[in-house]
Amino acid sequence: MRKILTIAATTIALSLTPLIGTHASPAEDLEAFKGYFKKKFSDVAFDDYKNGVYAIDSASREQWEEMEEFPPYELAIDDGAALWGKKFANGKSFADCFGDVAGIRGKYPYFDEAKDDIATLEGTINKCLTDNGEKPFKWKKGNLAKLSAYIAYQGRGGKVDVKVEGAKAEAWYNEGKTFFYAKRGQLNMACADCHVYYAGQNIRADKLSPAMGHTTHFPVYRSKWGNLGTLHRRYGGCNKQVRAKPFKAQSKQYKALEYFEAYMSNGLELNGPGSRK
Amino acid sequence: MRKKIRLMVTSASAIAIVAVMGITTNIAIADDKAASSSLEEGKKLAFDRKKGNCLACHMIQGGDMAGTIGPPLIAMKSRFKRDALIAQISEPRDKNPNTIMPPFGTHSVMSPKEIELVTDYILTL
Repeated sequence: MRKILTIAATTIALSLTPLIGTHASPAEDLEAFKGYFKKKFSDVAFDDYKNGVYAIDSASREQWEEMEEFPPYELAIDDGAALWGKKFANGKSFADCFGDVAGIRGKYPYFDEAKDDIATLEGTINKCLTDNGEKPFKWKKGNLAKLSAYIAYQGRGGKVDVKVEGAKAEAWYNEGKTFFYAKRGQLNMACADCHVYYAGQNIRADKLSPAMGHTTHFPVYRSKWGNLGTLHRRYGGCNKQVRAKPFKAQSKQYKALEYFEAYMSNGLELNGPGSRK
Repeated sequence: MRKKIRLMVTSASAIAIVAVMGITTNIAIADDKAASSSLEEGKKLAFDRKKGNCLACHMIQGGDMAGTIGPPLIAMKSRFKRDALIAQISEPRDKNPNTIMPPFGTHSVMSPKEIELVTDYILTL
């Protein structure tokens, strides 16, 4: 069974790019992406895609808005603020790594030319800890998600503005794009199957969210989790749902996917953290 | 005496006929029972989230909270021959390489026997 899953997970069908051409530039991809959703949900304003599935799910929107009045992530933001203010053993703190807290969220993810790597907010938080001789936080939830939530909260109102410039950055972008459109897992589904082609349809009783806007509101408090989780935690969950072996948080695959998805959300307002079912 | 024997033979035949008929009827009832229990089994597999999970995407009469990704499963007998439906469930990419429908047979989501059970149930819809 494990073998089947692994084989299935690694079976990547590259034939799947009807929406976005393989050789199109990132800018052309973005235009096509925006155009696709504009046509698909003609009555949804572009700005509203920051609200994820609630942009297109009027039935649960009111309930969600009520939940956001007294958000379940409020305490996590307070905990994150405390972590932000806490001094490391060497007397420094996160502010020494990041600078002004309000300007952080909008900078990530970005392509780090020198390292040929994608810098994510969560990856940089842990790098700040280890650079200062501290133990890194555990990935996916807990302190890492809490600090990420505080930084997201302080960065609310900014706009997603991810840049893909140069051949190396484009290689990362293309890796994320390939991941996004590739079929995987025993159930043989691509991210795009549910979140582009069938966005707005119901899977059992739940509506499938549009991919445009996926990254604006993370980390999120999910009722299903009962706590806060990062974007890569969600990616892992999605991969498990199609019965593929999930990749590790901050793996090359998920960093590339985050880079691609965030680029596809360019121009939308940053409104994390969020709450979800 | 002759008459008596004939009567006995006739009665014996009559009894034999009744007996045979009785057995046939029993067999028929047993067949019906087997058929309806395998249809029940097929329905269970179709609704099971770990097996067919057809309801995730398809509306099925008698199923709650059906998805809307695939077409409703109605009038199935007029749309599919048994073999064609088995093929569609086992390897839907034969008909549409980009389909979102999982290849239940090729990826061993269900065994061939389970796919037949689901098929026979779906054909009753």
